[in-house]
Amino acid sequence: MITGALRQTGRLFALSAEVSRAIFKRPFQFREFVEQFWFLASVTILPAALVSIPFGAVIALQVGSLTQQLGAQSFTGGASVLAVVQQASPLIVALLISGAGGSAICADLGSRTIREELDAMEVMGVSPVQRLVVPRVLAAMGVAVLLNGLVSVVGILGGYFFNVYLQDGTPGAYLSSFSSLAQLPDLYVSELKAVIFGFIAGIVAAYRGLNPRGGPKGVGDAVNQSVVITFLLLFFVNMVITGVYLQIVPPKGG
Amino acid sequence: MGIEVVVEGLTKSFGKQNIWQDVTLTLPAGEVSVMLGPSGTGKTVFLKSLIGLLKPDRGRVLINGVDMVNSPEREIFETRKLFGLMFQDGALFGSMSLFDNIAFPLREHTRKKEAEIRRIVMERIEVVGLLGAERKLPGEISGGMRKRAGLARALVLDPQIILCDEPDSGLDPVRTAYLSQLLIDLNAQIDATMLIVTHNLDIAATVPDNMGMLFRRELVTFGPRELLLTSEEPVVAQFLAGRREGPIGMSEEKDAAALAAEAADPRTRANTPREIVPQLEPSPGLPARRAAARRRERVLGMLDRLPPAARAAIERTYASAPTAPAMPLPAAGSGS
Ligand SMILES: Nc1ncnc2c1ncn2[C@@H]1O[C@H](COP(=O)(O)OP(=O)(O)OP(=O)(O)O)[C@@H](O)[C@H]1O
Ligand SMILES: [Mg+2]
Repeated sequence: MITGALRQTGRLFALSAEVSRAIFKRPFQFREFVEQFWFLASVTILPAALVSIPFGAVIALQVGSLTQQLGAQSFTGGASVLAVVQQASPLIVALLISGAGGSAICADLGSRTIREELDAMEVMGVSPVQRLVVPRVLAAMGVAVLLNGLVSVVGILGGYFFNVYLQDGTPGAYLSSFSSLAQLPDLYVSELKAVIFGFIAGIVAAYRGLNPRGGPKGVGDAVNQSVVITFLLLFFVNMVITGVYLQIVPPKGG
Repeated sequence: MGIEVVVEGLTKSFGKQNIWQDVTLTLPAGEVSVMLGPSGTGKTVFLKSLIGLLKPDRGRVLINGVDMVNSPEREIFETRKLFGLMFQDGALFGSMSLFDNIAFPLREHTRKKEAEIRRIVMERIEVVGLLGAERKLPGEISGGMRKRAGLARALVLDPQIILCDEPDSGLDPVRTAYLSQLLIDLNAQIDATMLIVTHNLDIAATVPDNMGMLFRRELVTFGPRELLLTSEEPVVAQFLAGRREGPIGMSEEKDAAALAAEAADPRTRANTPREIVPQLEPSPGLPARRAAARRRERVLGMLDRLPPAARAAIERTYASAPTAPAMPLPAAGSGS
């Protein structure tokens, strides 16, 4: 059981290493990359936008009520923006990139594997990792960054709307607290998270898709597992990155 | 010239299930060999092991000095480019048209212009009889058409070693006869080493120079076609006659009791000696197969190590002029 889990982890890392190496190998599969990017974007953008509005609102309301009780209303804007950009946004990205994007990648590669398409490719001297996995992983990373930006913007606008119109906050205070609490590194770390999430989601989906066990039923199981595994990994990685970030980057409003 | 494939002591298991062990044989350069065996004896696994898609537990597969089992991944990758493998289920790329499927190896590995690619691909499509279907997706054609497209794709780079996994299954008898001729013609044109896995007795009787058979987790025999066609080995004889009586049962092996009952049955012993049908010749206008001369040399050199029946059959084959059929026998499903 434990050796099995370790072996899987080892293979996952081996695939990551192989993908990282293959990213720099020519010829780059530009067409496949664009197609995958477009596909992933099309299945994730709308749900991301729809999820981020209520998410931004919830955070704005919660933070607004807290700051009110603490008598620090003037910080509502900055605090909720930080919460959205640093936590809510990467987590929504994680949810969508693994739930919508990763599952599609895994199902696609899985059904190709059982149809022996990948074997056929390998026999023809073409590496499936370079040809299929690399463009997908890069597309997942790119779309994750894009989504992260989108979710942040929509979330902040949603928060602004709810704070100003429903909680009687003032627009001026909301905006000015940005600059007193938030700083550029907050944005950088948020995008860094997105890139890493995209990479992990892509790799895990590809790994499970390349190794389905026993026929079409195996592909269904693989998709299922890939989503669960990616969730666990992403939430864990998010915690680690957040912890490290808060340790090494001094908060602004000290 | 084709390349010799040397297999030494190959053994493969999946978990506890042993598929076959200690398979040792040599596919002579440029010759056509057939591997027979009841369903589920690991013929597909054997082909995939030759090309390095599956890793056998023990043994070696030597091609040009590269061991497809243990050599570094990069060397195996390079050596694979010498192969053309026709998968049992075609293994076409589902998202590409037949044309793009067949053009794939050319686009990946050559710098040919699109017009040139088109010419080569259409030529192959015509050879396998798929003209008019080249724009279709693999999901939109029949199983037999998929197999033929898979063959066309395997051939498009003029490979030096061609492996065909049941090229006949899913084909009607006429197409099978054409396919037999196609394989021989191909061999005459590019002198590639060929290994064909099949259940088809017509192909087995008319196409190969050499034959082998897998049964009960081992290679029963491998040698010149005459060796198997005259074999007294019960498994081989049963398989080649397509009889129910013999060691092969529905679930691969019969138990001893069933075998004893069969032996006692008087109807069983109607063991008619098989006639050996002459091997197919390349179509008129094509060069003679270079492998034929090499094989003659090789087989005549090993005569004294063969059983008398096989020896007699080989002597009969080579008694007359090499181009004319040895005996005026009725052709069994030859496509010429
Ligand atoms: N990937 C695999 N994992 C586990 N077992 C396998 C795998 N591939 C094949 N086998 C087993 O190996 C045995 C041989 O399979 P194989 O496909 O080589 O048979 P075959 O001789 O090609 O049969 P057929 O003539 O029906 O195609 C079967 O019992 C099968 O269950
Ligand atoms: Mg098979």
